[in-house]
Order: sequence, then structure tokens, then C-alpha cells
Amino acid sequence: MTTTTPTPSVLAAADPAAPGPQTSGRRRFRIGAGEQLRGGPFTYLALAVVGVLSVFPLYWTLVAASHDQQRVLDSPPPFLPGGRLWHNLQAAWEQASLGKALVNTLIVAGCITAATLFFCTLAGYAFAKLRFRGRGVLMTAVIATLTIPPQLSVVPLFMIMSDIGWGGKLPSVIFPTLVSAFGVFFMRQYLIEALPYELIEAAKVDGANNLRVVRSVVLPAARPAMMVLGMLTFVQAWNDFFWPFLALNQSNPTVQVALGQLSASYTPDQSIVMAGALISTLPLIVVFIVFGKQIVGGIMAGAVKG
Amino acid sequence: MATSTPTRPSATPPPPAADAARAEARRRLRSRLWRLDDKASPYAYIAPFFLVFAAFGLYPLLYTGWIALHRVELTGLDQSTWIGLDNFQRVLGDGEFWDAVANTFVIGVISTVPQLLVALGLAHLLNYRLRASTFWRTVILTPYATSVATAALVFALVFRPDGGLLNYLLHFVGLGDTNWANGHWTSKIAISVIVIWRWTGYNALIYLAAMQAVPADLYEAASIDGASRWQQFRKVTIPSLRPTILFTIVISTIGSMQLFGEPLLLEGGTLGATGGSEHQYETLSIYLYNYGWKLGHLGPAAAVAWSMLALLLLIALIQWLIGRFLRKSAG
Repeated sequence: MTTTTPTPSVLAAADPAAPGPQTSGRRRFRIGAGEQLRGGPFTYLALAVVGVLSVFPLYWTLVAASHDQQRVLDSPPPFLPGGRLWHNLQAAWEQASLGKALVNTLIVAGCITAATLFFCTLAGYAFAKLRFRGRGVLMTAVIATLTIPPQLSVVPLFMIMSDIGWGGKLPSVIFPTLVSAFGVFFMRQYLIEALPYELIEAAKVDGANNLRVVRSVVLPAARPAMMVLGMLTFVQAWNDFFWPFLALNQSNPTVQVALGQLSASYTPDQSIVMAGALISTLPLIVVFIVFGKQIVGGIMAGAVKG
Repeated sequence: MATSTPTRPSATPPPPAADAARAEARRRLRSRLWRLDDKASPYAYIAPFFLVFAAFGLYPLLYTGWIALHRVELTGLDQSTWIGLDNFQRVLGDGEFWDAVANTFVIGVISTVPQLLVALGLAHLLNYRLRASTFWRTVILTPYATSVATAALVFALVFRPDGGLLNYLLHFVGLGDTNWANGHWTSKIAISVIVIWRWTGYNALIYLAAMQAVPADLYEAASIDGASRWQQFRKVTIPSLRPTILFTIVISTIGSMQLFGEPLLLEGGTLGATGGSEHQYETLSIYLYNYGWKLGHLGPAAAVAWSMLALLLLIALIQWLIGRFLRKSAG
């Protein structure tokens, strides 16, 4: 009996070292058409142009945030950072109460990410590996919900939230996004390949019930994908604008809402607005620089079978 | 886990004859529980998604239809009076609504088409063997990590009429002095640029993933038949990518129906909330927001939402018909 137990070495086969979709994608790439053709000078030139265009607006946010408004609006506009960055950051921090907004955003994005990871892994596992009546139809239903824009339900959502006393409070932003269709789909795609039936069977033969299987087999196997889904969800929750803008008010905003309000004040100082934009974006840019590779891999892995 | 044998039914030690009946009963109960666990677990695992969706997606969607038939004001959320189709009449009889429909459509087309074409080309470049390929992929994805608010505010400065970065650069080629946000076409172009900037890299990565999944022998066969690189791209890559392309078209269409932050923040203040001085870049979302939260009439806002639903279904139908037509004509 001990032979069928998922020993650490068996587990390792489905574990971080060997993530499913990504590596299989790359393996196909090696023998694919890309092999024959190396990028020439034109390829690098074109990529460099697109790269500069991609990064420049962010660089220019920094430039504009480091001058005074007069200089920002001057022609020719500044191309190099000036010396007012610290002053502007402080001004933005105070005017838009960004401290509170940052804490709020962290709470919102943190809760949404944790809940999404938990629920999507469970649901993804069920859709990938468990047999049950209506599985196909229900999975189609999950994907179909992706096509419903939030605009269609914000009016009553606003009324409901005010009804149950969540008007203007963070739960009104957290609860509607606790679990995402994309996340369910993403985890399902990953677990189909990364979690062999043998592991589940072995755990069951050992007498593990379903919850136990989830804890000792599914979660370890899902960890790499959970990392990626976590980052994608965090980025999205951090940047969400439409519903938080409607649901939260001036006194209790997320950074995006605070930023919108800062720019909508009567005479917004553009250099201070840009400083606010910088503060609200910086945490994500850090996340992106550290985990960029995984985020890229995650988007590609989630898309392959889309 | 190897030590967790006690829960395993067959591992129960052989019971003495007196206890046999009780043991048998226990075994049966356990196996019934076991089966219940097996049957119920999948539903328990997927339930959170459907519960959240039902509470915050489906129920509000239907409730929207109900509100659309009532007079509900932002100032008195608990009062509603039945007024039938008045809200729909008000909205559908409003020229501004149809302008918003047209604006949303135009911005959708001029942001989606170039975006996906560039993404396709970019993916093709990224599919070559490159030095520092991860670096390039990450760089083109940076806009994805930037919020709508930040992107819209930076581009608002770039598109400023006086002292704006773009006009300054354009004056070197003899252009410039364009009041981007004021013009009917230029304002839509400005908004499209923000959208294109944020999403091209993302779509390129999706295409790249699909390109890497195209089997190599297809290309080998094509090159044996003497197909050029361009012919291979057209006859092998594009057809293999068809489902992915369709997927990105659907996602982009839905995304462009929702454009809100870009127009709202392009000029900010009251101009942003009405989509420009002549509503020249007012999208459906802006129109909905304006009716519901600026003017405070939630009934018409709900009618707008349901009209958006009808439009979405119409677009889906058209896309489906086009897809069917293409599949038929492809043989």
C-alpha cells in the first residue's frame, strides 16, 4: 500500500520545477518555425521602437511629476526629470489622501486575490479532474459570464450596496469580484495537465477524503499557477476603476479613485496629478519588474487554449 | 499520509463475530458518506463562483431590467414608481444616446483593428529566436500593468493643444496645433491611442502563445512545397490562429463597449463626465454614468444598461454570422 502513496518524489513531478503549459509551449517552440529564423536587425529595431513607445509614457509621468506645473505645460515640454519630484509627491500625498487610498487598495486587492486564488483553485480542480453531472454545461456557463460587462449591473448593484449598508465601503468593491471566471478557467487549464489522475487515485486509496486530496495533492500541484493567477488578479484589482469609482466616495477611495478625483478638482496642478499617478502606479511597477517573467508566462499559458 | 490507514475502509481489522453486524453497519455508513463526499464535493467546489455570480452579476442584471421600468432617483434610492417604458422612450429618443452608440462603435473599431493587426505583427517578431526574449516580452507588457487612470492622465497631457508633447513633436513635420480633445475625429483617435497603448502588448502575447502551438511539420510541409515566408504566414500561421483571433476580437469588442476611464479623464472635470463639449467622445459608459450619477436619474441609466445588453447580443449575432460565413467560404 505504501507503494501507491504519493511520495515526495511523485509529487515533485507535478510541482513547481515542472510547470505544465509554459514548458510544453516552449518545447514546441524549439522545434517550431521559430527555430530556423533568428531575429535580424530589423526585428530588434522594430521591437526597440515598440519597447520605447511602451515605456515612454511611464517615464514621462516621472518627468512631469518632477517639474512644476508651469514647466510641464510649457512648449517644448521637458524631456528630463527636474528637481521638484519630492515636493510634488508630498503635495499629491496630502491633497488626495493617498496614504489612506493606498491602504484601502492594498486591502481590496489583497482580499480579492486571496479569495480568487482559493475559490478558483477549488473550482478549477473540480472542472479539470472530477466527474459530475452537468460539468460541460456549467463550464460553458462560467466562460459565458466573461462576456457580461459590469456596466449592465452597476445601477442595482449600487442600490443593493446602499441597502445592505455597504454604500461607500470597501466590501462593496471586494465582494462582487471574490471569484473570477477567468481564474476558474485558468486553473482548470493548468490542472488538466499538471495534476495526473494517479496522484488523486493514490491519495484516495490511502483513504483521503476529497478535502484531504485538495490539501495534500491539488494545492501543491497548483502552486505555480496560483502564483501567476495571484499576480494577474492583483494587478487587475489594483487597477480597477469603473465600479470603485461609482461605489466609493471621496473620503474612502482606492488609489485609482483618488487619482480620478485629484484630476477632477477645479484647478488641478498637472505636475501634482502626475505625482499622484506615479504613487499609484509605482507599487505595481515594482511587482512587475520582480515578477514580469511569470506574468508574461501566465498570460501566454492562459491564452493558449482560449 | 502513508500512516492514514485507519480511514481506509478495507483496512479495518477483522472484527470479532459479535461486533460483525455493527462493523458492517459502520462500513456501510462510511461508504455512503464516501460516496456522498464524491458526489457533493465537485458542486461544493464550484458553488462559490455561481453564488457570487448569482448575487452580484445575474440578479443585478435582471434587477436592472426592473429598474429600467421605474422612476428611481439617486437622491431617494428606496423610492420607485412604475412608469413602464418611459425610460426607454426617453433614452432611445435622445439623440445624444445614439451619438454615444456611434462614438462607442467608432472608437471600438479604430482601436481594435489597428491594435490586433499590430499585435499580430509584433507576435510574429517575438516568435523569431531572439536575444533576451523575456526582456522584450516584459517590456511590451508594461502598459498592461498601468491603470486606466494613470494612462489616461498621462496621455491627456501628451494630447494637450498648447505645450502638449504630441503637438510639439508634430510641428517638426509641419503639423501641430491640433486641439485633439475638441475635434470629433481627433478626440476619438486620442482615446483609441490610449486603448491601443494599453492592450497591444497583451494581445501580442496571446497571439505569440498560439503561434508557438502551431505544429512545426505544417511549416516544414509548406516550405517543401516551396511556400515563401510570407505565404507561410498567410497560409499556415493565420489559419491556425483563427480561433485565437476570434477570441481576441470578442474580448476587444466587449472591452470597447466598456470604455469609461479613458474618455472620463481625457479632459477631466465636467467635460470628461459629458464626453466633451459636444459629446464628441462620449461613450455608452460615460452616458450611463452621466445619467445615473451626474444627473441622478437611475431609471434611464438602467434603460441604457439594457440597451447595451441588446447591442452586445446584436454584435455577438453579427460576429457569429460572419464567423459562419468565413468558415463556409473557407470550405
